[in-house]
Amino acid sequence: MRIGLFATCLGDTLFPDAVKATAILLTRLGHDVVFPPGQTCCGQMHINTGYQREPVPLVRNFADRFGDASIEAVVMPSGSCAGSVRHQHRIVADRYGDAALRAGVETVSAKTYELSELLVDVLGVTQVGAYFPHRVTYHPTCHSLRMLRVGDKPLQLLREVEGIDLVELPGAESCCGFGGTFALKNAGTSTAMLHDKTDSITATGAEVCTAGDSSCLMHIGGGLSRIRSGTRTLHLARILAATRTTPDALTEASV
Amino acid sequence: MSTFLGMPAPPPRPPPGTGNLRGDQAFPRAAHDELGNDQLRRNLGRATSTIRAKRLHVTGELPDWEALRDAGSAIKTDTMNRLPELLEQLERKVTERGGTVHWARDAAEANEIVARLVKATGSDEVVKVKSMATQEIGLNEHLESVGITPYETDLAELIVQLAHDKPSHILVPAIHRNRDEIRQIFLDRIPGVDPELDNVPAHLAAAARGYLREKFLTAKVAVSGANFGIAETGTLAVVESEGNGRMCLTLPDTLITVMGIEKVLPRYQDLEVFLQLLPRSSTGERMNPYTSLWTGVTPGDGPRDFHLVLLDNGRTAALADTIGRAALNCIRCSACLNVCPVYERTGGHAYGSTYPGPIGAVLTPQLAGMHAAKDDPNSSLPYASSLCGACFDACPVKIDIPSLLVELRHQHTEQTGVTTEKLAMKAAAAVMRRPGLYTTAQKASGLGRVVAGRDGTISRLPPPFSGWSDSRDTAAPPRETFRSWFASDEGRAALRAAATEANSARAEENSDHDEKDAT
Ligand code: SF4
Repeated sequence: MRIGLFATCLGDTLFPDAVKATAILLTRLGHDVVFPPGQTCCGQMHINTGYQREPVPLVRNFADRFGDASIEAVVMPSGSCAGSVRHQHRIVADRYGDAALRAGVETVSAKTYELSELLVDVLGVTQVGAYFPHRVTYHPTCHSLRMLRVGDKPLQLLREVEGIDLVELPGAESCCGFGGTFALKNAGTSTAMLHDKTDSITATGAEVCTAGDSSCLMHIGGGLSRIRSGTRTLHLARILAATRTTPDALTEASV
Repeated sequence: MSTFLGMPAPPPRPPPGTGNLRGDQAFPRAAHDELGNDQLRRNLGRATSTIRAKRLHVTGELPDWEALRDAGSAIKTDTMNRLPELLEQLERKVTERGGTVHWARDAAEANEIVARLVKATGSDEVVKVKSMATQEIGLNEHLESVGITPYETDLAELIVQLAHDKPSHILVPAIHRNRDEIRQIFLDRIPGVDPELDNVPAHLAAAARGYLREKFLTAKVAVSGANFGIAETGTLAVVESEGNGRMCLTLPDTLITVMGIEKVLPRYQDLEVFLQLLPRSSTGERMNPYTSLWTGVTPGDGPRDFHLVLLDNGRTAALADTIGRAALNCIRCSACLNVCPVYERTGGHAYGSTYPGPIGAVLTPQLAGMHAAKDDPNSSLPYASSLCGACFDACPVKIDIPSLLVELRHQHTEQTGVTTEKLAMKAAAAVMRRPGLYTTAQKASGLGRVVAGRDGTISRLPPPFSGWSDSRDTAAPPRETFRSWFASDEGRAALRAAATEANSARAEENSDHDEKDAT
């Protein structure tokens, strides 16, 4: 399948390893991964902070770059960006866009998937040939859970990983407190939520906390690092891309 | 020839509500104080997680729970779409059955009506059934100011009243208090209470009962709210757990009910849906212990005089707005509060309004507006959410609270002038719409590596990011962006290797197939 990869602005700029892992994983599974170079940002931060006029060009750019019919599916290693494309781009296009934008958004959002959805629902695989001999706990991010309804797809994928010791995260479904600009505007409340999350994570004794969104992982990882917990965060794509012959670089370096 | 018809303009918005619908400081500040209260957080954490578990149990056991939610949502949506006609029908039916209907534009008008009605009976005290509407309008304070003493009869509401406190939860107003605190409040405030009173819940309830019993038997006037008002029959409904409401609704001579206009339901049969949705969502019970229904007055049975005060107080304004219209569907079950990670940490007082939690963050600005003053505390409410979506899943009438919050934020940014945030957002969008500029900006972000410590993390950031860096480290930006890796020799080699692996896997699979075919 010809798959358009959307790196997300955060992934492209700050967390490229998760995006690399996504590209390598999908290529290893025999797919043709294309990266439309004009892509930038989905506009989620703008929309969630209350700005809908400003992201119109971003929404249009996304629809233009990925609208090409030769791209059969669009994937991104982020539940919240996929949620924004599927649920919010339409709102912006309806309110401030033109007919062409509305049509473009319809076409693109119908073929947009978060990584675990693409693997399980579209490509029909749960066994991706990964090898990751570590104790791992999985945090389901809010937007993947309640906006996209990915359910246990990420867990289905993780359970098939060879060598993994997957431990359940207590209170898994409660929010880590990130919420984009919420973490800045309501830093105190966000921190209180973060502490409860990092407490549950460290209680599992996991070496790695994984999730399908670099933004939540940046938040959780920042909290874990500050308390010197010894648990690190790793995007789901990196675990799925790790094999016996090419283990994850970070894990390799730190073992 | 042309005739100038004037500039087209939207109709003026109906007046906002007044009363207890605005705090005196913005949410983050108010929350800051509450977050420091460990006792509060412990009480809240315990209480909300218990209710959460009970609710999941009793909603999960119903095979038609989702269909019930859809029905509840559809009935409320239909109600809002023809609210004026339903309200007139309700007025007609209540009047036919011997009741009197009053219309109150705002909190002040409603308070005046109730005080006048109480005075007309010659009584200087009233017993009260727990009610959000009378909290919203500040009825108790008003009655006291004109020499009428209100007695709250709901146990939790009584605790709040005795402590001169404010409710912090829709359903469990004293959720922020624990038993020891309640014991102390009773010892201090209930005249003649047993000084040996301990903190056993049953004993505390008994002390309150002793105090209230006398009021029930002597009070001539009761004031209540209503959970539902049926347009078809003129029937009012109060749903409760303790039975104290039932006493107030049946014993006194005069009953005055203050009901928000959005509480009307078209048909008697609609109760079938809501009497399932409400108790299961609010207390996690299959059925609440007491449901009282009454229609006008019935000679020889219950109050002889019944008054219904229909309260607008910003509801017409909310109805005129798509966000507000959706929010008016709320049946005040409080499920969204109990699942909200923000509410769980801050408690209800931080919202500054009678309506706290996720729905409060939508409803309060809709009822009372969010631009009454510069830095109106109400304009901070739409941002008091991480948009985690737990409230939407819990809501029995399927109000999409996270989407409403995002829309409300949009209304806010549209209505405020130029702010530094808006400029930053414009600047960010301007960069991101141009891939060339964007790539340059990405390179500049690599400069972040300069400020990182030796371990590759940044532990201090300037405002507005200092709240973030107070409790989180930030990894230094990587040496290389994804797009430059993708275009690099290294990236191309890595992807080629992965593709080779795919090909050899495919070849293996094919030879497997061939072998199978051969056998
Ligand atoms: S918004 Fe929904 S969940 Fe919240 S109190 Fe109202 S009805 Fe209940």
